Amino acid sequence: MKKFLIHMLTLRWLSGRHIVIGIPYGWLLLVFLVPFLIVFRISVADVQSAADPFGSLLSYVDGVATLKIKLANYLFIAQDSLYALTYLSSLKYAVVTTLLCLLIGYPFAYFMARARPTIRTTLLMLVMLPFWTSFLLRIYAWKGILASNGLLNNLLLWLGVIETPLALLHTPFSLVIGMVYAYLPFMILPLYANLVKMDVRFLEAAADLGSTPWKTFWLVTVPLSKSGIIAGSMLVLIPCVGEFVIPELLGGPETLMIGRVLWDEFFSNNDWPMASAVTVIMILLILLPMAIFNKYQNKQQGGGA
Amino acid sequence: MKGRIKGRIDGYRWFGRSWLSATYLFLYIPIVVLIVFSFNSSRQSMEWSGFSLQWYASLMDDAEIISGFVLSLKIAVLTAFASVILGTFAAFVLNRYRRFAGRTLFNSMVSAPLVMPEVIIGLSLLLLMVSMQRLLGFPERGLFTIWIAHSLLGMAYATVVVQSRLREMDKSLEEAAMDLGCKPHQIFFLVTLPNITPALLSAWLLTFTLSLDDVVLSAFLSGPGSSTMPIVIFSRARLGLDPRVNAIATLTILAVSIGVLASSLYIARAERQRQKQIVAATRNVSQ
Repeated sequence: MKKFLIHMLTLRWLSGRHIVIGIPYGWLLLVFLVPFLIVFRISVADVQSAADPFGSLLSYVDGVATLKIKLANYLFIAQDSLYALTYLSSLKYAVVTTLLCLLIGYPFAYFMARARPTIRTTLLMLVMLPFWTSFLLRIYAWKGILASNGLLNNLLLWLGVIETPLALLHTPFSLVIGMVYAYLPFMILPLYANLVKMDVRFLEAAADLGSTPWKTFWLVTVPLSKSGIIAGSMLVLIPCVGEFVIPELLGGPETLMIGRVLWDEFFSNNDWPMASAVTVIMILLILLPMAIFNKYQNKQQGGGA
Repeated sequence: MKGRIKGRIDGYRWFGRSWLSATYLFLYIPIVVLIVFSFNSSRQSMEWSGFSLQWYASLMDDAEIISGFVLSLKIAVLTAFASVILGTFAAFVLNRYRRFAGRTLFNSMVSAPLVMPEVIIGLSLLLLMVSMQRLLGFPERGLFTIWIAHSLLGMAYATVVVQSRLREMDKSLEEAAMDLGCKPHQIFFLVTLPNITPALLSAWLLTFTLSLDDVVLSAFLSGPGSSTMPIVIFSRARLGLDPRVNAIATLTILAVSIGVLASSLYIARAERQRQKQIVAATRNVSQ
């Protein structure tokens, strides 16, 4: 311990290597880790100090230290079933979106990876390009397509398929369409990166051993692309749980999403402790998927080098 | 027998092509719709009533949009530089320093913003800024705070881009420089940096567009009078359809397409030249 202190105080540790590590590390600690601690801290702020939620939790009165922690916000969330319903509903929409992205994205990435190498780059560019154009504007575009006087309804009316406009906007349907649309490239890209690297000799071997293409696909291709499937699914699932912009523009009153609740607690009700408590629970909810994502990221970096 | 296999392969091809085309249609139809209806003369935006440029003209007198655009542009340029610098540091650390205390934590902190819902990052960063302001009287909410938030997000993306480039890079170049007596910082600036320039450029562009597009972080961290363009667009899109938004969309899409096309051509050319130089260099050595 003493040795460590001397080591620290004499700045002998301050080599180039430490500076190179220290700069990004310090930055991340300050703007990523410390803010979470503050959120947690404010979520348990006392009512009396609600006007000043940044006041100290720890107070010294007559030499006795008291730690005031207020769990009222958490109790309120636990008692009001609307919060539980909203968390569940956010998870449900995120899972449905992830599955649909996988359903559309897997065959897409598969066929893209099996395309001729000369056109592969173009195909890839075409997936990336919407990703580069504004996310907000692309979601807004769906509003124009799905509105009751929108493009799709006009088309169906003109074709005579329907007689009165369908209510498509502000429904679970429009919410899921918007989320699938926005997050599909996040599913396709890791899947493609994985499938394009796959050794075709495995597939040939399976065929030589008498496996049908369908069987080969399920027994060889899919298991080999497991890490791509996990990466893509986490890249879609985790941000979808807390999505705000899409539910706000395309969702309706029945599509409960926790991102919107957080936003309203913060911007409309100005209840910062409550918004913080909602956030803390949301973080707990995505902790496991985040850990899975992290493990995958580590493997990518370690294995690829 | 042969005919049956051929039929099956044709069927497979046909299925593959239709799957790809259908998905591309899904990805591009909304964009085409946005562009087409920006030229619509009617305010009832989804009914075509003739070609008009009035929405583009009205953008010119839209003070809210123009000031939002200027602010967004400033933040995006600052963000792109900060993200590329921080991302290069982080990528270098992750790629070169296999073992150091707290590597796991560092790794998770770098990649977490890639997937973390933006509302969480936005709220927690705002609370940090407010706490700091109470303690130090700094910073005011506005350009600076939005810049910090965007740089946190941008750094995560820049790290991924730069890191994949560092991984592909030929380590023997750096080893050669070291054998020839270069100091670590000389190796970095003279050997590593020129080699990863294309990645730095694409990371710059990616983080620039990310920043230009962000709504949630900006909304949490903006103060009075510092509405970025996406905040203005978002508040209008919330109210309903607005053909001026389509006009902005068309201009953005045009600018982005030109930017992406030009930079990918440039990167491809730089890459070819580098390969040529490597081939030439190895030829000289072997002769």
